[in-house]
Amino acid sequence: MIVERVVRGLDERLDGGSFLRRNLTKVFPDHWSFMLGEIALYAFALLVLTGIFLTFFFQASPEPVVYDGPYAPMRGRTVSAAYDSVLRLSFEVRAGLVMRQTHHWAALLFMAAVVAHLLRVFFTGAFRKPRELTWVLGVLLLFAGIGAGFTGYSLPDDLLSGTGLRIIYSGVLSIPVVGAWAAFLFFGGEFPAHALLSRLYVLHVLLIPLVIAGLIGAHLALVWRQTHTQFPGPGRTEDTVTGIPVWPRFALKALGLMFVTWGVAAGLGGLVQINPVWLYGPFVPYSAPSPAQPDFYAGWLEGLLRLWPNWEFHLFGRTIGTLFLPAVVVPGVITFVLALWPWIEERVSGDHAAHHFAQRPREAPVRSGIGAAGVAFFTVLMLAGSNDVLAAFLSVEVDTLNGVLTAAVVVLPIACGLVTYRICRDLRDGGGHPIARPGRARVRRTAAGAFEVEHEPGGPAR
Amino acid sequence: MSAPRRPREARLLARLVRGGLLLALLGQLAWSFRPSSSQALTADESLGRELYLASCSTCHGIDGAGTELGPSLRGAGPAAVHFVLSTGRMPLANPGDQPVRQAPAFSEREIAALVAYVRRLAPGGPEIPTIDPATGDLARGAQLYLDSCAACHGAGASGDSIGGGRIAPALDRATPLEIAEAVRIGPGTMPAFGERGLSPADLDAILAYLLWLRENGSRGGLQLGRVGAVAEGLVAIVVGLGLIVLVIRLTGARA
Repeated sequence: MIVERVVRGLDERLDGGSFLRRNLTKVFPDHWSFMLGEIALYAFALLVLTGIFLTFFFQASPEPVVYDGPYAPMRGRTVSAAYDSVLRLSFEVRAGLVMRQTHHWAALLFMAAVVAHLLRVFFTGAFRKPRELTWVLGVLLLFAGIGAGFTGYSLPDDLLSGTGLRIIYSGVLSIPVVGAWAAFLFFGGEFPAHALLSRLYVLHVLLIPLVIAGLIGAHLALVWRQTHTQFPGPGRTEDTVTGIPVWPRFALKALGLMFVTWGVAAGLGGLVQINPVWLYGPFVPYSAPSPAQPDFYAGWLEGLLRLWPNWEFHLFGRTIGTLFLPAVVVPGVITFVLALWPWIEERVSGDHAAHHFAQRPREAPVRSGIGAAGVAFFTVLMLAGSNDVLAAFLSVEVDTLNGVLTAAVVVLPIACGLVTYRICRDLRDGGGHPIARPGRARVRRTAAGAFEVEHEPGGPAR
Repeated sequence: MSAPRRPREARLLARLVRGGLLLALLGQLAWSFRPSSSQALTADESLGRELYLASCSTCHGIDGAGTELGPSLRGAGPAAVHFVLSTGRMPLANPGDQPVRQAPAFSEREIAALVAYVRRLAPGGPEIPTIDPATGDLARGAQLYLDSCAACHGAGASGDSIGGGRIAPALDRATPLEIAEAVRIGPGTMPAFGERGLSPADLDAILAYLLWLRENGSRGGLQLGRVGAVAEGLVAIVVGLGLIVLVIRLTGARA
């Protein structure tokens, strides 16, 4: 009764009704592959929630303190206040460890979902005009996510995170001419500088989350405004959009998916150890742990560093360090190509028309081939980033493995690209699905005891 | 037609060769039964000698001085002999193989006998250390382990690849005594840590930490082999994202 009056009152004054009616009946996609980006959204929401909990207990301070908490192997050791607070958070705060682990697992899920969503959009051509801007925002989200993850796992000030920071510091140092100044500017002095942790902290809990939230907002606003793409089908045209309305079906389904995502992240957080910093020990400048890998989404960067030949050359009297190409130039080029892909494809294919139908990968064999080559390239780099673990696991020499991976990083993308191109082209030209649905017979017994056979012919797979 | 008789000289030669071989064999037998040192062997040492001649002498030489197939045992010491035998690293099937941990080929008694015999045959080298992990200082052990061992064996003692095609093994299966022996003798590419650098109390502390980890490593859940981000990424993608994608695949439209 009261609710109705409030709503009616608001409606009369703000004309909210028509706005709501217009948007609540807006249709959203129902195809399963269109939900991948949503997973990232819900993982981000969980990251914010668990992250806020963690800020209540974390101290971004390098001040030395003597740990005297319940974790016996570290008791009496002088560690930074940051490391101390992470151990206290993990072992003394109620639900602290499960929150910390859930936060980290949610971060991995966020990045995995972003990558899966990117692949879906790429292989179905959903980035084509007029949705190029959505694509660029998505690519920016990917790199903001890498930044968030990196600053996040650098905060506990353990030996592993310190090693990662040192790699980034060295990467910045390797930039010709401005490297040393840039490194001192961003890191606050010679590594490991006193100011570093508090800077990383501000980046991780304030700036990068704001950037990500803003990007997500703009990304979704564009999807809302431009509507989603759809696969062609009966009754669907380039000018209409089909799907399920926001209210109630899509909203309730989305809510369900949110709880599934949170449930998986929390389940992993409670059951599976992640980043056990108490094993790595506090950061000390003279040591490095092993195995030392970044989280998976930075694995390709690590792989580039591990595979790149030891090249150092001199230009205009300046030394171009070994790290400059693999740590700065190559990732930079990859970023640009990825971000500008919609326009690159438009220019090369000469297709400047707007498209609202998503394609099946076979409909664009060249793009699918390039996509497959890219997937192979990043996969090999990720494997190269874990070469020591892989070599120990396979009981092969790490040098042999490096040789294989160095060859694979060139050969495998080309092979995968060509094979994918051929498969897609043949599928497109062949028309049908390569696997036909077999025919079947339904045998029914009548009440009188007789049998009736009903034949259902085979045909193309659905 | 009867077979042609061999010339007389040939028969003489064959007899000579046969006789020579027999003499050589007898000589070899007599040589192997010679007393190896002025003192008589104890029962343990005799058993060890028997085993040594059968399983070790081909590569390390009958006198323990080494051959082109294997190194000299002089200065190796009882700790090394006990370590390689109790971890099954020796004997090797092929002299060129990299020794890896496997089920020991000898019983404890036979290993003790071999240790005793090699001590007699090739004196010197580190003795089997006396350890008492129960008295080790856990916090000190953690720090020493992280500073001196974790760079190769992994912060979680999971083992890892090191340069030159070698693998620093995981420390989950080795007994405390085997770990202590390895620390003292430095097998393979591992450096040897003498008592001056790492006192017996330090060694006990490291052992205490490693044993503590075995019992208490599972804080926070499954440890994924303690190899860190590689396993974590795999679980996140395959299990985490996999489960959610399964759900959207089942609840979403497919066309």
